[in-house]
Amino acid sequence: MDDAVRVAGLTVQRGGHDVLRGLDFTLAAGEVTGLLGPSGCGKSTLMRVLVGVQAGVRGEVTVLGQPAGSASLRPRIGYQTQAVSVYDDLSVRENLGFFARVLGVGHGRIDEVLATTGLGDKADAVVGNLSGGQRSRASLGVALLGDPDLLVLDEPTVGLDPVLREELWATFHTLAQRGAAVLVSSHVMDEAERCDRLLLMRDGLLIADGTPDAIKQEAGADDIEGAFLALVRGGTAGGAA
Amino acid sequence: MSPRITLAIAARVLTQLRRDHRTLAIMLVLPCLLMALLWWMFSDLPQPAMVPGQPEMFDRLAPALLAIFPFIVMFLVTSVTTLRERGSGTLERLLALPMGRLDFLVGYALAFGLVAALQSALAVGLSVGLLGLDIAGPVWLLMVVAVVDALLGTALGLFVSAFARTEFQAVQFMPALVVPQILLCGLFVPRDSLPDVLGAISNVLPLSYAVDAMSSVRDSTDTGGVGGDLAVIAAYVLVGLALGAATLRRRTD
Repeated sequence: MDDAVRVAGLTVQRGGHDVLRGLDFTLAAGEVTGLLGPSGCGKSTLMRVLVGVQAGVRGEVTVLGQPAGSASLRPRIGYQTQAVSVYDDLSVRENLGFFARVLGVGHGRIDEVLATTGLGDKADAVVGNLSGGQRSRASLGVALLGDPDLLVLDEPTVGLDPVLREELWATFHTLAQRGAAVLVSSHVMDEAERCDRLLLMRDGLLIADGTPDAIKQEAGADDIEGAFLALVRGGTAGGAA
Repeated sequence: MSPRITLAIAARVLTQLRRDHRTLAIMLVLPCLLMALLWWMFSDLPQPAMVPGQPEMFDRLAPALLAIFPFIVMFLVTSVTTLRERGSGTLERLLALPMGRLDFLVGYALAFGLVAALQSALAVGLSVGLLGLDIAGPVWLLMVVAVVDALLGTALGLFVSAFARTEFQAVQFMPALVVPQILLCGLFVPRDSLPDVLGAISNVLPLSYAVDAMSSVRDSTDTGGVGGDLAVIAAYVLVGLALGAATLRRRTD
């Protein structure tokens, strides 16, 4: 598979200090990659870099063959911010309809996305009256509208019912099988097993990059949480700084 | 810029506004109530007052207020809604989509311009039809001036929203940016009787031209002079939108 994202020597400076400190990795098309790490480790900043809305970026970041932030990439990337970025005073359908028009995709997509996100029965409810999980799904729906080649999802499964979480992960894999590169961040380590590949992050550095099994094996741990601890204590990457 | 996206934004803003009945009511009814209040204030004064040839007090003040209302209302509504959009993450999402910055600004200006037209139609209609506002020029021109004033408020509000971190701060910009313009626009002291320095300041404030335009519609059937004032206001609107576009950064910290 082609690399959908290639990152070399990525550093991001914010407010005088480095939030990301020299990252190198690639994301393959057709895979679901999990970006795992504690809150504040730089996951959201990294995602903003890929989408092209982060300032203070140094290093090489190539997305779908072009420099990150190129105008021609905008219709090809689906982005769900960590905040629920939909309009509270509009219904789910109105939100999707608006973003569909901005993207120039047909109205048929709206019903597909409503089905994918399980919001069919809430389509005409005003977003502000929905639960946190439902609002987050509405926001995810907007990211799915354009049938993107790269899907960047910042903590899309936080606060969701386990059944729904299961379904959404299945959706991410379906999208990957159709050829998209999917990057999903989470601060919950138990979501690791659902990913084809993992990037473990701590304090602005990548401390591991590989399949869940390979990472566990290398660290000699039974689960990713254990592997994370072993990597941090062993000082493989993070401890050196 | 793409007409499809610009119109999508304008339509979305109008849908949100339609949902918010209270704001809509305030925007449409409040200027009418204030015009009625102004008329009522002067209703017991001996008429015709003043020097012959001078307009009555209501006729003197009403056109200026018709210029000021849409300006203030649109300034407030625009700065607060844009700030909300910056804060909620929807602006970040839009900027990551194939949306031009001008699509966003012009979309907002279109939506609020339309509301302003409705607002002015009501306030002008009430003033001329029921309250007996006496104007020499055509009534439609009064409305055109009001709509351009509203766009001026929208442009200034868009610009200011970049410098406020909270809605509370945005509202505080009103006394700072709007009240001096009201004081110096000729409503209280004719502009050519102001001290030189204040006269010069008054000459660079856009609201002065708005009030001048309204006054010439009131005083004269010759619509030529209004064109010049309108052109000045339109130039300010364009500068405001350009500055607003400059403050909409795709890449932020």
